[in-house]
Amino acid sequence: MTERQIGDVLLSLDNISLSFGGVKALTDISFDVREHEVRAIIGPNGAGKSSMLNVINGVYRPQQGTITYRGEVRHDMDTYKAAASGIARTFQNIALFRGMSVLDNIMTGRNLKMKAGFLSQAIWLGPAKREEMENRRKVEEVIDFLEIQHIRKTPVGRLPYGLQKRVELARALAAEPSMLLLDEPMAGMNVEEKQDMCRFVLDVNEQYGTTIVLIEHDMGVVMDISDRVVVLDYGKKIGDGRPDEVRANKAVIDAYLGVAH
Amino acid sequence: MEELQDTFPRLLEHHAKVRPNHPATREKDLGIWQAWTWRQVADEVRALACGLAAQGFARGMHLAIIGDNRPRLYWSMLAAQAVGGVAVPMYQDAPATDFVYVLNDAEIAYAIVEDQEQVDKMLEAKASVPSLVHIYFDDPRGLRNYEGVASFDRLQEIGREFDRANPGWYEAQVAQARPDDVSVMLYTSGTTGRPKGVRQTHAAFIAAAQGGCEFDHLTADDSILSYLPMAWVGDHLFSMAQWMVAGFTINCPESGDTVMTDLREIGPTYYFAPPRVFENLLTQVMIRMDDASAIKRFLFRHFMAVARKCGAEILAGKDVPLGQRINYALGNALIYAPLRNVLGMSRVRVAYTAGAAIGPDLFRFYRSIGVNLKQLYGSTETCAYVCLQPDADVKLDAVGVPAPRVEAKIGAGGEVLVRGPMLLKEYYKRPDATAESIDAEGWFHTGDAGFFDAGGQLKIIDRAKDVGKLWNGAMFAPNYIENKLKFSPHVREAVTFGDGRDRVCAFINIDIGSVGNWAERRGIAYSGYTDLAQKPEVYGLIRECIEKVNAELAGEGELANSQVHRFLVLHKELDPDDDELTRTRKVRRGFVAEKYHVLIDALYGGLDKQHIETLVRLEDGRTNMVAADLVIAEAKTFAPAHEHAKAA
Repeated sequence: MTERQIGDVLLSLDNISLSFGGVKALTDISFDVREHEVRAIIGPNGAGKSSMLNVINGVYRPQQGTITYRGEVRHDMDTYKAAASGIARTFQNIALFRGMSVLDNIMTGRNLKMKAGFLSQAIWLGPAKREEMENRRKVEEVIDFLEIQHIRKTPVGRLPYGLQKRVELARALAAEPSMLLLDEPMAGMNVEEKQDMCRFVLDVNEQYGTTIVLIEHDMGVVMDISDRVVVLDYGKKIGDGRPDEVRANKAVIDAYLGVAH
Repeated sequence: MEELQDTFPRLLEHHAKVRPNHPATREKDLGIWQAWTWRQVADEVRALACGLAAQGFARGMHLAIIGDNRPRLYWSMLAAQAVGGVAVPMYQDAPATDFVYVLNDAEIAYAIVEDQEQVDKMLEAKASVPSLVHIYFDDPRGLRNYEGVASFDRLQEIGREFDRANPGWYEAQVAQARPDDVSVMLYTSGTTGRPKGVRQTHAAFIAAAQGGCEFDHLTADDSILSYLPMAWVGDHLFSMAQWMVAGFTINCPESGDTVMTDLREIGPTYYFAPPRVFENLLTQVMIRMDDASAIKRFLFRHFMAVARKCGAEILAGKDVPLGQRINYALGNALIYAPLRNVLGMSRVRVAYTAGAAIGPDLFRFYRSIGVNLKQLYGSTETCAYVCLQPDADVKLDAVGVPAPRVEAKIGAGGEVLVRGPMLLKEYYKRPDATAESIDAEGWFHTGDAGFFDAGGQLKIIDRAKDVGKLWNGAMFAPNYIENKLKFSPHVREAVTFGDGRDRVCAFINIDIGSVGNWAERRGIAYSGYTDLAQKPEVYGLIRECIEKVNAELAGEGELANSQVHRFLVLHKELDPDDDELTRTRKVRRGFVAEKYHVLIDALYGGLDKQHIETLVRLEDGRTNMVAADLVIAEAKTFAPAHEHAKAA
């Protein structure tokens, strides 16, 4: 286990610009993420928050700018490499296998850790069996951690929304990521579910030292759990700093509350 | 020298010697059932007991134990007892403020708790509890940066060191324990005033457990699921005292939400649950049956009808015609056995329910599918051990015969008095309360009113203080009648009046869900509770329920006088926010009688309508006036029948 102590820069984004045809989604954005910190990205609807996450894990390729991850400079990420180098994520619209059980869904998070070949898995050879057991153990730890033992065998499609979100987080955690990208993990939840989710996010951060980048709309949540916040508006960065600094930032207040005319 | 088995620590040593490799405790952890043998449990308890002692826990001190049913918390009780201390389990879902009183009352200095949630509560309570110094936790999650608390593992490490440095010390401690030392202190729930600490000795709980094991032939091969609150006397008897006496296996569920699954996986042979658990299980089955295919629904309905006709009789070993037996056997193969399996009751030999009145349909359902569900009677002060039902004589409306070594009789005012080795030693720091409840001849006054029926089984009617007399001197037991009324799904609450009156009248609260559904199916339109409550059709429905209860009462001797003559359906639901119910949803009858005295006057004054206006407090604190003209209706009553006629 790692002691939570904010460390060096883990990921740095420099002058990132992304556009779709004539639409500029992100314009010249730079910020960094330090090891073990909880970093929030906030902004009004359409500000480019999800696009930002998609750039980080390689779904989108920015037209300009560089991404430096663990000291390695590259123009763009690619999804496989991102996952293999320890970046896991959850999605704004839940992306689980609805017909599969919670357990099987979380097991898919272990995909990259499985080395045994197709054949040895199919005939249940010794090494494949041992590997499966190890993976299952890790998955059970995650299930225990997120307190979802009671739905282990339930098909995901039958679960309420709040629990599906938790299962998605579980799948991401099963990959033992060093960086976790959470796209609105608390959207659509009631107060109690939000509190639970906050606790889980903080526990993950504390217990495993996982670096967390999250997008969230609930300002209370963001101010409570993040170490630093970056604020986007219309694809531009308008603020960056500790929660209290951001809260006092004029541009941020205007973007959120609207400018008095 | 004969080995003594008269205290819990000695019983533990006994099992470790006699059945060292037999599983004593199981817990589902990370999806797998982990087991500890008696030898391992004895070692764990020893390390913990030495750890506590090394930290200054001395003979006679109290150890608070708070959390869900975890093996380590059960072991903590044994560890406290091994060094001459007293285990004080507390209700884990209480907020910190509620803990303060009990922690102070019990002068708690040492606490072993389950997890971060409980540690937080202890730290919050600590400010108001000067004695509380040592806090240990089982699950370290989220507690890495806490100061002033230590882990269970650390405590055991200290204990093992202490044990190595002081050979023979632990054995000497175990040898010092006396059967009449207090082993556990359980707090009463406190529905009347402050909670009181009930001090029970090793001897009392061991006697109660031995009696129960003897009565139901429990052995080391039995297996139970420990899922009820550890602070509750029932769990202490089943999961602790009987566990230690019989040497069987206790299984701790993975979490509170997985109990159903765990029950199925373990398949206990001995099972205990309050009525609401049995009810929830049945509801789940019914909901799933509604979704089943037409063939399955038909089979289920058909064979449940067969079971209703003869299932309970077959279970009780009575004479049943061969044709019905064959039908039942077929039903067993197709429906009952698979159903028992789904419920996790395939292996259940003995199941008990207690704590509240169980509905007749519910009780009969389980018995008819072959689950040997029985009732018992007891309280915290009697180690939950007074009456038990024998396998051959299970009844719905009685709670059994006095258990082995228990004497029970009916005292003045119909109050049940009991005497035996299972009685409490005392209420902690309350000699007044102790003197009040145990008389000079050693009878404990239960506060319950009841009588023995023709078969010698105790029948509990009501709390003694609520029992009154009708004008003609016949006994009037409001709760008894109200419970009967509430067995109808349409009746949510009932309040009956009759003390000092010539006849019984009732207020009814309809169940908006159930009656609303009923109304919709009949195309009766209504705008809300007040409107629905006053529909003539609804009055007809409620009248039927009341007349059914009246017919039953007519066959119950003295209670035949308590048939409900007139009733009304209240215009609002009785609500704890309006002080009409307690927070545990018990009717505060004095308050209700005063608040609605106009209605009572109308019931007894022969009126057929009464106008009423009531201030209602809404959830956000605002108030609202509800006015209505309430219809008062009559219900048919029946001539008293004789007890033997009903039994036939």
